[in-house]
Amino acid sequence: MDATALPVPRPVAAHAESPLPARRLSDGGGDRVFAGITRTAAWGVFLLLIGIAGSMFWGGRQAFQTFGLHFLISDAWDVGRDQYGALIPIFGTLASSAIAMLIAVPTSFGIAVFLAEVAPRWVRSPIAIAVELLAAVPSIVYGMWGLFFFAPVMSARVEPWLIAHVGPLPILGPLFQGAPIGIGMLTAGIILAIMIIPFISSVMRDVFQAIPPALRESAFALGATPWEVVRRVTLPHTRSAVVGAVFLGLGRALGETMAVTFVIGNSFNFSKSLLAPGNSIASAIANEFAEAEGLHRSALIAIGFLLFVVTFIVLAIAKLMLARLSRTEGRAA
Amino acid sequence: MIIAPGLLARRKTVNVIALIAATATTVFGLFWLAWILWTTFSQGAAALSPRLFTEMTPPPGSEGGLLNALFGSFVMVALGVVIGTPIGVLAGTYLAEYGRASKLANTIRFVNDILLSAPSILIGLFVYELVVAQQGHYSALAGGIALAIILIPVVVRTSDEALRLVPNQMREAALALGVPQWKVTTRIIYRAGVTGIMTGILLAVARISGETAPLLFTALGNQYWSADLNAPMANIPTAIYNYANAPQDEAHVLAWAGAFVITAFVLLLNIVVRFFLRTRTPR
Repeated sequence: MDATALPVPRPVAAHAESPLPARRLSDGGGDRVFAGITRTAAWGVFLLLIGIAGSMFWGGRQAFQTFGLHFLISDAWDVGRDQYGALIPIFGTLASSAIAMLIAVPTSFGIAVFLAEVAPRWVRSPIAIAVELLAAVPSIVYGMWGLFFFAPVMSARVEPWLIAHVGPLPILGPLFQGAPIGIGMLTAGIILAIMIIPFISSVMRDVFQAIPPALRESAFALGATPWEVVRRVTLPHTRSAVVGAVFLGLGRALGETMAVTFVIGNSFNFSKSLLAPGNSIASAIANEFAEAEGLHRSALIAIGFLLFVVTFIVLAIAKLMLARLSRTEGRAA
Repeated sequence: MIIAPGLLARRKTVNVIALIAATATTVFGLFWLAWILWTTFSQGAAALSPRLFTEMTPPPGSEGGLLNALFGSFVMVALGVVIGTPIGVLAGTYLAEYGRASKLANTIRFVNDILLSAPSILIGLFVYELVVAQQGHYSALAGGIALAIILIPVVVRTSDEALRLVPNQMREAALALGVPQWKVTTRIIYRAGVTGIMTGILLAVARISGETAPLLFTALGNQYWSADLNAPMANIPTAIYNYANAPQDEAHVLAWAGAFVITAFVLLLNIVVRFFLRTRTPR
């Protein structure tokens, strides 16, 4: 057979169309450049975190220098006399987050258990998707709803009831005394809870799904009830990751600004009552920063630095706890 | 073996109580969320009018639209994407293609996950110190940079995950043909992972378009039309914030209209991503 009769492919054209064109062997320069660029970008992410911490500390140095450690324990916040202390916003941040966690953690756990053990298969993914979508709703929407719809309900119905029935009790009582104005620590905490429920419950659900089916099935085969499977198999297996999910939610709650600032009242007066207006770090910054100058501005950045340190620690714990599960599972969380 | 007669009944009762409690908490959780969504959509639908898209933001108390705020939000989100996406994708590329499981890569992943959940108001303070304080005035550019910083960790996380999902055989096959590694990454791995990377970018856009706190002292907001990147620029989130805090009913109507527009946009984008691209969301 004549060799020229064979259907010879057109090598040049094929090369031109291929994503891998012919090239010279010495292409090491491109490799070095590209690897260098990507490494720089990755270091950029690292520097971003350092930069945020550094600029907060630098911006707050005037307040730290002026007030020293006293800044942390002083409840003064007087723009007129230029006296600032971080105690009230720190207390407000911790108290509103604590209320939020008290409500959100059991609720989220319930949702995760419901999705894992109760819901029929066809309901699971619609509810799970709905919960994840709600985590995407901008927080300012939660804040507006809180101000215009939830606070009026609190002041008209919930708070009068709490004042009448819980207020006279010995230990809890002082937390629920005062005027039912609807704006205050309790309202802020409840709205924060509603905001972080989608976060915590969808992480918990992912964690519960990471459990090997064989573990659950063998428990069922031994005659365990669904609740016993949750209590004795799922929870012990995922304990650290469940704690991680809770801390992730706490990290969000501590730094949340817009959902809180509408309803917390922005008052720098300390009150034992959860019904009274208070302030949180994020809310104080959002409200006062644009008009603040000099030492006042520095004090606001300084409490921002404190918020950064606290959320960093909380989020780091969350990540380490979540990573522990993925290590035992040999997969990414 | 003899089982105590009451035990099974007790276990069953405990089980039923626990499962009813779980169902009740689900209803409790969904109740609030349904209430919030219902409020946003009913208030927003009542506030919708063509004037929103044709008129500028009014002084509180009079009527008007949100045209300049919509434009400003678009400009700043676009700025955030333009500044943040290259950095995010390249950093993700480093993690997936070069750093892999190295100590440095895992440290950067850890730092990135913290940035992902860092309070956004602190990003605003950071950009204020970095840009606004240096320039001496608020600007749309500062707003765009703040949004970019919020977008970067989302894009880093999703592109890292998307690229790591590309099978190693593709890298090995290309390298065996003598293709240099950077061409393997840019011509082959990016093509294989483009859906995942796009998902990340779109989810990040959804995230930054509702962010209010980082814009308060960077872009500041502006009652008038401005297309100057070096000047304060109107945007939907700060317009909502200002109008919701104003005492007049007309202002509240505009705030709800803005909340409706932004929520509908964010939810739609999430739904599109979920159904057409990929289902996992980064946290």
